Amino acid sequence: MVRYLTRRFVYMFVALFIIISVTFFISKLLPGSPFADPKLTPEVRDQLFEKYGLDEPVYVQYLKYMGNVLQGDLGNSFFFESRPVMQMILTRLPVSMFIGIQAVIFGLILGMVLGTIAALRHNTLWDTLAVVVAIIGVSVPTFVLGPVLQYWLGLKLGLFPIAFFDSYIYSIMPSLALSVFVISTVARFIRTEMLEVMGQDYITLAKAKGLSGLAVIVRHVLRNAMIPLVTVMAPLTIYLITGSLVVEQIFVVPGIGEQFVQSVVVSDYSMILGTTIFFSVMFILALLIQDILYGIIDPRIRVAGAKE
Amino acid sequence: METQDRQLDPGLFKPAEIDQQEGEKIAGPPVSFWKDSWIRLQKNRGALISLAVVVFLFAMAFIIGPLVSPHSPYYQNLANRYLGPTSEFWFGTDKFGRDMWTRVWAGTRVSLYIGLLAALLDIFVGVVYGAISGFLGGRTDDVMQRGIEILNGVPYLIVAILAMVVFEPGILTITIALGLTGWTFMARIVRGRMMQLKNQEFALASRSLGASGLRVVWKHLIPNSLGLIVINLMFTIPSAIFAEAFLSFIGLGIQVPEASLGSLISDGAAELRFHPGLLWFPSAIFCLLMICFNLLGDGLRDALDPKMRK
Repeated sequence: MVRYLTRRFVYMFVALFIIISVTFFISKLLPGSPFADPKLTPEVRDQLFEKYGLDEPVYVQYLKYMGNVLQGDLGNSFFFESRPVMQMILTRLPVSMFIGIQAVIFGLILGMVLGTIAALRHNTLWDTLAVVVAIIGVSVPTFVLGPVLQYWLGLKLGLFPIAFFDSYIYSIMPSLALSVFVISTVARFIRTEMLEVMGQDYITLAKAKGLSGLAVIVRHVLRNAMIPLVTVMAPLTIYLITGSLVVEQIFVVPGIGEQFVQSVVVSDYSMILGTTIFFSVMFILALLIQDILYGIIDPRIRVAGAKE
Repeated sequence: METQDRQLDPGLFKPAEIDQQEGEKIAGPPVSFWKDSWIRLQKNRGALISLAVVVFLFAMAFIIGPLVSPHSPYYQNLANRYLGPTSEFWFGTDKFGRDMWTRVWAGTRVSLYIGLLAALLDIFVGVVYGAISGFLGGRTDDVMQRGIEILNGVPYLIVAILAMVVFEPGILTITIALGLTGWTFMARIVRGRMMQLKNQEFALASRSLGASGLRVVWKHLIPNSLGLIVINLMFTIPSAIFAEAFLSFIGLGIQVPEASLGSLISDGAAELRFHPGLLWFPSAIFCLLMICFNLLGDGLRDALDPKMRK
């Protein structure tokens, strides 16, 4: 386990190093410059270039950037009055995290209820209904769902504010829009896993020893059916990252996703670079945690013996 | 014939012959893997309907849709702004008076093109990469897998966005972005399958008969993985279609005046309050496309791999 972990960590850092290097050089290759405004006089432009260290040769810039990244400094934004990128990300992160985590909580609870009903009432109308809902939930993208929610819940019914982010109630619709995909994924997973687990001998044993139906379902069926949910973790992280780009755009939520799209629109290269690195770190960590958890939960696939 | 002098009674063989024929009759014609899968797929109503709808959408987008309407998706006529669905403009017109019917089908063409492209990339890059990596194993495999891990380290859509920033946004750039990352999942699946199959007896038999590595892979291992490949294709296609629509939605994909379902949905969402039709039509087609591909994927998985059926 320790050997596996160290190897994973080394690979992780190599991967991150390459990702950062490639994105850095890509940002150097970009056509145009953030200071291409024709109103700037050459002197002012030179001053700006000097201020951001853009007058130095690329390899010096690269080494400096790498050194700074190691210290958690992602450089300064070209656009927003040279505020540090890291600071901008960190101020925006809590909002995105809050909406994302709330969406996962909605998704887990509703998805488990839906999946459990479908599995317990297998091959009935309830089951079909749950499967249809799950398929629709996976297929309807957030950028269709968002406007629809705004229209029905916000405008027609007036239940929730349509946009911005001032208090808790503003977070409900964005989370709801994000969670539909989570609900569907969790529901499908729980349904298939429960159906499989319910056919196992140990469930028959649990029933035979006189446990009540509810106890069997909660203590034995659900618990074992939840193991494979761990495999959804990495895809879910990607989904929450990319989903935040759309949802925050639609509901005008001041999170990282909205900031990233803005920085792309205004060509704020240092911001794009920094956010990409940040997203990659989150995603790679999620992958790592998923693999470790999987090894802990299911001893059959112990990571130590995974090598062929 | 040497057996002639043994003088065997031909009657001895008669009952056995009849038995054999009857046995064959009961067994029915041999059912190949694909035929068997097709029979199973036919029993899945949802998947069959989805298949029909996908074919229908293809026909509409490429042939029927543009043919039946005299309008151009790009022609602007400010006198006809924001018309609701009429007998002339079946889906109404947008804020520049452009015909929504032809625009929606033009957008669908983009989506389907992206879906096809993703499928081709999956086959020609993903399968080949995975097959090489899994079959050769050892050091090669290690290096190739690290490569995939690095590509996978950046979420797929972020790579696409970066590509959009570096190159000019448009269908070509989306193609490049897909080419960079779209095939990695397939490569992993195929690699796993190769590693599992390459040590089995039939592969060993083929090798000991002198078949080259390439022949073993091409004639034995790939055909045995086809089910898995098809299943995986059906999940790559909708996710690629989604990626393009997503990029176009946030303004980084297909650029005006070209239409994509994503950009149409984005425009429609902006005017939802007064002209909801501009959102409903492209959204409906898009959701239909996604639902059908997902249902078809589910159906194919059940049909091609009954072991995975749950």
